[in-house]
Amino acid sequence: MEFIHLLSLGDQGWGDEMLRATMVTIMVSISAMCIGLFVSIFGTIAKLSKNRLIRAIGNTYTTVVRGIPELLVIYLLYFGFNNAVMSIANSLFGYNQYIELPVFLIAALAVGIISGAYSTEVIRGAFLVVPRGQIEAAKSVGMNKFLVFYRVLIPQVLRYALPGLGNVWQLTLKDTALIMVTGLVEIMRQAHIASGSTYSPFTFYMSAAILYLVLTTASSMALNSAENWANKGVKREKA
Amino acid sequence: MSIDGICISLPKEYLGLKVQLMCDSLPKLLLGIPLTIELVAISLSIGFVLAMCIALMRISGSRLLNIVSRSYVFYFRGTPLLVQIFLIYYGLAQFDLIKESFLWPFFREAYWCGILALTLNTGAYTAEIIRGGLQSVPHGQIESARSMGMSGILLYRRVILPIAFRQALPAYGNEMILMVKGTSLVSTITLMEITGIARHIIAKYWTPVEIFLIAGIIYLFINYLVTRIVRYAENRYTPYLQTNE
Repeated sequence: MEFIHLLSLGDQGWGDEMLRATMVTIMVSISAMCIGLFVSIFGTIAKLSKNRLIRAIGNTYTTVVRGIPELLVIYLLYFGFNNAVMSIANSLFGYNQYIELPVFLIAALAVGIISGAYSTEVIRGAFLVVPRGQIEAAKSVGMNKFLVFYRVLIPQVLRYALPGLGNVWQLTLKDTALIMVTGLVEIMRQAHIASGSTYSPFTFYMSAAILYLVLTTASSMALNSAENWANKGVKREKA
Repeated sequence: MSIDGICISLPKEYLGLKVQLMCDSLPKLLLGIPLTIELVAISLSIGFVLAMCIALMRISGSRLLNIVSRSYVFYFRGTPLLVQIFLIYYGLAQFDLIKESFLWPFFREAYWCGILALTLNTGAYTAEIIRGGLQSVPHGQIESARSMGMSGILLYRRVILPIAFRQALPAYGNEMILMVKGTSLVSTITLMEITGIARHIIAKYWTPVEIFLIAGIIYLFINYLVTRIVRYAENRYTPYLQTNE
């Protein structure tokens, strides 16, 4: 039973390191999801815009990000952000040393931009499901744009978008495994380090897999109850 | 004019990107396409057969088969593909039992480990897609087929499977794109497909943004072709559902 020793907490084992890495994974995922949701507000507005150019920008964003491997997007943003910041620093302040942005920030931004493309599609879809008649009815009783948005659109869009956003969350959670290439010590990176120094890769990658399973299972339970909450007051057909 | 001729005629730098280098590395990156396509094609085909079995186990009614297929799908959909790849390529080498067995020549090769991981992964997702397709077949259709005297394989071949496949086609198209993107992860276990070659070039010239951009465009193009093929298949098999855009 060597693996119990390897995974024990404290100085001897790697258990506490793995748990700390799990916290990092959770933090990155939550930040990325929030960034993604923020981005998706603009993405949705752009994709539903009447202006052709803005619509094209929105479409390009979702198509490109969803059509390129996540690993490449992360690499591109990781190096791209650093290069951009360095060239800005150089041209504005004449600072020509190597600058490295905090890895956590870059990781959250990179995964957030990926997650935002998927969230955009989900939220756009949910907006289109709200019947036009309801918006017209709201306008006809004298609601202004903000009230229509706040009282009529948001409650329904949230309900329709929730299952889709749940899927995006699961995707985001799993995509954070790829940010190990940036050197941020999340679950995968920690498992990689630990297996390198103990020569027991199976033990650590298996524990990584189990940690991810725990995270995805816990979140799917939470999402189920969130859906039930959002759907209270809606009569549902028995499947 | 050869590609070298075109590259030299380009400006050396544009918008801070080394355009000539991008142009020079394009042919090298294109050499990675066959391996990418090969990985996708093999894992999708074996994965599809596997998924069929898993989906049938799920609806077989047997408790044991149901649990096996459920846990398989649960595991492979609940963990990142990268973990699955590492677990097979690096993880299995931990056991002397496997190292000494006849399977070792197979698990020693990054190529086979990559294919195995991708296959098992797509098998789980595809199984869910097929299950969804099978469950979407209206019960009335099955009843009327039975009342015509169809049963067993005939019922599946003539009624259930065609309806299920049509229903599952769009979702399967997405899965194909996910697989194309998934193959980029096997570059982490030394396979030289598009991303692997990109990393190799970058290690030499240290121009990550330029090279990954070109690689990204190649993936985008492959995925564009995949969506076109799926769209064509949808038009062909479900013409009555298509709107003329």
